[in-house]
Amino acid sequence: MTEPLLQVEDLRIALAGADTTHNAVESVSFEIGRGEAFGLVGESGCGKSITALAIMGLLRRPLSLSGGKIILDGQEIQDATPAQMRDLRGSRIGMIFQEPMTALNPLSPVGRQIAEMFVLHQGANWSEAMDRAEEALRQVRVPSPERRIKDFPHQLSGGMRQRVMIAIALACSPELLIADEPTTALDVTVQAEIIDLMAELCAAKPGGKGGTAILMISHDLGLVANMCKRVAVMYAGRIVEAQVADAIFATPRHPYTQGLVDSLPRLGERARRGQQRLREIAGVVPSIASYPPGCRFNPRCPAVTDVCRSVAPEVTPLPASGIVRCHHHG
Amino acid sequence: MLVVLARRLANVVPTLLAVIALVFLLFSVLPGSFISGMGDDGRTTIDPQVMERMRAEMGLDDPLPTRFGKYVTHLAVGDLGTSFRTREPVTKLIGARVWPSLKLVFAAMTFAICVGVTLGFFAALKPGSLVDTISMVAAISGLSLSQFWFGLMLMYLFALKLQWLPSFGYGDGGLSHIILPAVALGVGPMALLARTTRAAVLDVLNADFVRTARSKGMSERLVVKWHVLRNALVLVITIVGLQFGSLMGAAVVVEKLFSWPGVGSLMVDSVFQRDMPAVQGCILMIVVFFLAINTLVDIAYVVIDPRIRYQ
Amino acid sequence: MRLKGGTSLWVGGGLVGLAIAVAVTAPLIQLTDPVMDANLMNAEIPPGLEFPFGTDIQGRDIYSRVVHGARISLTVGIVSQVCNSLIGVTLGLTAGYWGGLWDDLVSGLTNLMLAIPSLVFALAIMAILGPGLVSLLIALGLTSWSYSCRIARAQVLSLKSQGYIQAARILGYGDLRIMFTQVLPNILGPLIVIATLGMGAAILAEASLSFLGLGIRPPYPSWGSMLSEARDQINTAPWLSVFPGLAIFFTVLGLNLLGDGLRDILDPQSQTRRA
Repeated sequence: MTEPLLQVEDLRIALAGADTTHNAVESVSFEIGRGEAFGLVGESGCGKSITALAIMGLLRRPLSLSGGKIILDGQEIQDATPAQMRDLRGSRIGMIFQEPMTALNPLSPVGRQIAEMFVLHQGANWSEAMDRAEEALRQVRVPSPERRIKDFPHQLSGGMRQRVMIAIALACSPELLIADEPTTALDVTVQAEIIDLMAELCAAKPGGKGGTAILMISHDLGLVANMCKRVAVMYAGRIVEAQVADAIFATPRHPYTQGLVDSLPRLGERARRGQQRLREIAGVVPSIASYPPGCRFNPRCPAVTDVCRSVAPEVTPLPASGIVRCHHHG
Repeated sequence: MLVVLARRLANVVPTLLAVIALVFLLFSVLPGSFISGMGDDGRTTIDPQVMERMRAEMGLDDPLPTRFGKYVTHLAVGDLGTSFRTREPVTKLIGARVWPSLKLVFAAMTFAICVGVTLGFFAALKPGSLVDTISMVAAISGLSLSQFWFGLMLMYLFALKLQWLPSFGYGDGGLSHIILPAVALGVGPMALLARTTRAAVLDVLNADFVRTARSKGMSERLVVKWHVLRNALVLVITIVGLQFGSLMGAAVVVEKLFSWPGVGSLMVDSVFQRDMPAVQGCILMIVVFFLAINTLVDIAYVVIDPRIRYQ
Repeated sequence: MRLKGGTSLWVGGGLVGLAIAVAVTAPLIQLTDPVMDANLMNAEIPPGLEFPFGTDIQGRDIYSRVVHGARISLTVGIVSQVCNSLIGVTLGLTAGYWGGLWDDLVSGLTNLMLAIPSLVFALAIMAILGPGLVSLLIALGLTSWSYSCRIARAQVLSLKSQGYIQAARILGYGDLRIMFTQVLPNILGPLIVIATLGMGAAILAEASLSFLGLGIRPPYPSWGSMLSEARDQINTAPWLSVFPGLAIFFTVLGLNLLGDGLRDILDPQSQTRRA
């Protein structure tokens, strides 16, 4: 069993308020193997995006990494110096963000923004870098790349901008690609193309080095389960369940995951079950400053009992190195 | 891109025409003030017959549209009328003064940009630090200063007490004469530029695309150089353009204070001497200059920001 | 600008409050009659015990004149700003609301006003009307309404695009009622900020015009006219220039700080980031 590419152990991220400090993310642990696609699912505000930023070392005030370990390829990086992190970013870990329009510099041609990667990490001169940028655009299937490299972001459609972002992130063949809600801002028809593109580009190449691992962050359980081998579900700053993707759908163990799976509209399913309305999870995600005591899901949980309200559940291992964090896991 | 440029330029023309009309109206709707004003300063008395003759001479009895027509045709050939005071063409009077005024305004703006943008920039890079607080306190103080009072204090300190610099006049056009007036004039725009640059740079530093740049593994220095500067520049240029307007206004007073031989001090003197054609001419000159600067700023925008080029 | 939290508000408010207090209580706190009490025997005495700010060339007490000047300058500032706001809001509100030809006219007029530096415009008006308090108020009150006009108009248009106005119309509200009850409360915040900052600008403008000899003329002790008198004595009696200038500085500083502090509370969209 080869060593996993990325190990996150007991991660804690603090949010400094005016008077007090809250833990936005706590006890988060997961592993991603080489070339593996791993999904992190949760509602807005559960802390999945800032976990990604923490791995990249991009947390800014008032957020900060306050505990735990991040191990990349056997080396601990949570205490790395800014210079060391800079070496990692782009060359070993790439990241794409949710809003491609605002994520690209509006005043710089997209070709140049891709070329920057080659100049920064591979010592290319600008002319070589622009050629390679054109090639990169071709690889992400942007039509007429020789013209497109001179275009500005506002001249491209949302889907194309995201392709540019993917080209940038994968330019230096990193070992890990972090994708934070890459398709949320795109049209539904384009979403599937982008996901397919990512999967294809990150797959292991025959005769070459292993593929790029993907940390896929999304609120869309369906999308993640399709693409990823293993999925972790986050709620209110903690991971509440992690299993192999098929198992998450077939046998969700945490009431929250069960709620998520149930709320997915599936063709004909409701008719089969005699249901009229879409199922939802009652209540709202708590804010960081007002996390409930005990199990954080207890105000919304259909299976809640007294112990849930006072004692935070421990991690229970599940088969195939899954975990669940619940007093009454199913 | 050329289309956008042409459109911008075309917008200036109606404004210019409207200003000309306004200036004309202001000074002509009260015809009495022209002539009777001349006799109003208590020192000279003008023979009513002479006044009548002057009225006829200046065509003040013609209907308004005719007068306006004449005014515009005169303007078109660069004739701004004849000064009441010196009987010379106003164009000649102003002509001698344009260059000193331009020099002063540009010197002040250079000072304001160099000091203000630099201060604002470094304040933004370290928000909340001592540099930031001091810069911003200086900025708000600069905005609250009466520019001519500041000039007066500068004059007192540097010219009279320390005797490092001359206290008034144009001199031979050399550097030492322009320093004090330029600093006095430039301190207001400097303050505003410092604040605006700080805000603009902070905004950009927090923008998504800067986060992307950092995620590429760029050092902060490169992030600033390749991504922040140009974007912040766009925001700063607007302010520079707008500031030229208020600078022209304040220049009037600073010119008078330092006895600077520019269009502004001419305007003030002409107001006192009730030399209306000269006053009109000065106002037109100042406005034309302001509009020209605004147009240049617009052009600069189109060049720098590709989003506008393709509208 | 951002000082720590609400510091701007308190310091600014304090300074402005002080200025207003001085202006209101002027007859009580001044030492002599600022205009009439001129004793040539006391000419050009530096600041000391008897005359805290010194005396001028005619032997008048500078302290009393500065105190009295607060009245004049603040009055000018407040009156002209109220005037500008009224004009600006009326024009902007109606322009945005009714649109069409009226809007074109108002927008054109606003662009025109913005093309002429306001001090130059004020100067031109003073040239026509002659010097004095009334012409000063007219000149200052009629030349700075563009900002409030723009804001009012923008606000109306924004509300329009959000459907508030149409909804009110459907409910049967008359135009005036809509303007007063729907639109006005929304612009009040930014308007107050503009008015506060504008007051500072008006005081500076009055000082400039009076300094040039076109505004308040000597012997009336507006801070600006005091400075114009002081200028010739700068070498022999520098204190004549310092105190009126400082008075202007602190008052305008107070107004600027207050305006900034108010902007944080009332107009958060224009807020710059803290860090």
